[in-house]
Amino acid sequence: MPAKATRVAFGEALLELAATNTRIVVVNADLAKSTMTQKFAETYPDRAFNVGVAEANLIGMGAGLALSGWIPFICTFACFVIGRFETIRLSLAYSHANVKIVGTHAGLGIGEDGYSQMGMEDLTLARALPNLAIIQPADEVETKQAVAYAVDHDGPVYFRLTRQAVEPVSPSGYIFQFGKGAVLRRGSDVTILATGGPLSNCLKAAELLAADGLQAEVINIATLKPLDEELILRSVGKTGHVVTVEDHTIRGGLGGAVAELLSELLPTPLKRLGVEGFGESGDPKGLYARYGLDPDGIAQTVRKSLNR
Amino acid sequence: MPGADLKRLAEIARDCRVEIIRILTHAGSGHPGGSLSAIDLLTALYFGGFLRYDPKDPWWPERDRFILSKGHCVPALYVVLARIGYLSEAELPSLRKLGSRLQGHPYPGPPGERVPGIEAATGSLGQGLSIAIGMALAARMERRASRIFGMLGDGECQAGQVWEAAMAAPKVGGTRYCLDNLYVVVDRNGIQNDDFVDRTLSLDPLAAKWESFGWHVIEIADGHEMGAIVKGFRAALEVTGRPVVLIARTVKGKAVSFMENNPKWHGVAPKPREAVQAIREILGVGEAEWPAYLGRTPKVAAIVRELEALETR
Repeated sequence: MPAKATRVAFGEALLELAATNTRIVVVNADLAKSTMTQKFAETYPDRAFNVGVAEANLIGMGAGLALSGWIPFICTFACFVIGRFETIRLSLAYSHANVKIVGTHAGLGIGEDGYSQMGMEDLTLARALPNLAIIQPADEVETKQAVAYAVDHDGPVYFRLTRQAVEPVSPSGYIFQFGKGAVLRRGSDVTILATGGPLSNCLKAAELLAADGLQAEVINIATLKPLDEELILRSVGKTGHVVTVEDHTIRGGLGGAVAELLSELLPTPLKRLGVEGFGESGDPKGLYARYGLDPDGIAQTVRKSLNR
Repeated sequence: MPGADLKRLAEIARDCRVEIIRILTHAGSGHPGGSLSAIDLLTALYFGGFLRYDPKDPWWPERDRFILSKGHCVPALYVVLARIGYLSEAELPSLRKLGSRLQGHPYPGPPGERVPGIEAATGSLGQGLSIAIGMALAARMERRASRIFGMLGDGECQAGQVWEAAMAAPKVGGTRYCLDNLYVVVDRNGIQNDDFVDRTLSLDPLAAKWESFGWHVIEIADGHEMGAIVKGFRAALEVTGRPVVLIARTVKGKAVSFMENNPKWHGVAPKPREAVQAIREILGVGEAEWPAYLGRTPKVAAIVRELEALETR
């Protein structure tokens, strides 16, 4: 399978699901093209709305539709939608509205547009809300299954999706399970927990480490909330070392969630790899290299954390 | 509407006022001013035949929905919902108490334990109209006859999301779904949390703002006079092709002399002694004839005793 942006996989999946599930509605905020829901809007004009550049209203309208029994997917950039945190908090989460929030343009991976358009702190904020599930699929196969799952999931879901194409990482025959991590590579020396864009680089980093005789276990944490605590504890119990990798701030996202879990239940040396500053404009590959999210950078961080 | 019916509505509103004071006093905190400015409008909406609902089935799919965007005035709504029978009268004094369904601001409850008549969570000002639009769209998409009513405060109209929503409502359905099933009441009592609205950030010209955003505007000169309110709602329901906003001039703290038009009473509950005076004024009884009145009105006397017992708290 060729590389594909998870936002593209999402748009394709939703279009397909909408053919049989007539309760699916899409609401956009002037980014239908960027969130890959333009085709949906053209195919199902009766079930697609555009509120213009007005994200708070997007969220509230989504809540109203959901409270009336529809399954709205409200789609815009991750930083814009989670930026209206307080509307999500009250109108959507606290109302127990069955809305699927779709935040595309996750992290550094968006490239040249720079920080203003980068979803950088969205996972941190989304994690704070009691009943909001968080899914960040890693590739096309997983995205399509996760979107299908989310339609049937009774409750609000936050999807975090990439602008850039991502290489397939799921094994053949992979079945997405909500709330479950997926072991993509087995190893005994260190656990690499990763989510979203950098996953394929984590697998490449594991290859580099293997050449040095280090066996890394690479786990895809597609569901950040609820976290697969059992799998993480089992893997970390075996390896004794953890590195988290995410295209997101290191404060409060995957790294934060894992640090909370392990500090309470299994104190373990932990290194959080992600973004520490704001991010900046540049080509996506170059940005990943600069911020240590390329295969070399990830491998180096792992070596350092193991003093190797 | 015959005079007798208007009189009945005014009596219901009066009884609701007493009940609002009663439960706020029990709670020891809350928002009397805006609850009292909104109650006549709410009474007309729920008991004047405008909002369609089934007293036996709060979840009747065809029901009209009401969203109280100015969520801090939920005591007024709880009192109305209890009168319908959605909530029990006995439950009302649990307002704001630990373990109560009756949260300090509207909370619809978790799935499986939904609170009848509370359609969405509100209370952070500015958010309710967007939810109402979503519900109005849903009704149109399903060809359901449900109408959606929302209530905003005037201070609330300073919030940006109100205008995101106001801009969207007349347009977002495109040519397919006309949201002329959406009605917004602005409880224009002229006071917000800190001070008078005009001294904080004036909204003038408020009607022109809504009008220019594509809404049909109806102004109600006295939002406490049942005849005027009913006339306004009637006119609203006849409008086609556009959502309707009714801007009703009201008095914050209406019917209680020391609360009327006084910013102090935005978010402070009356003490028991103040509550008894408030109830006496709401009922229009002079101080001299109060004991005799209580003697022949056991229901009110019981409330007064109940509140006086709170003095010792």
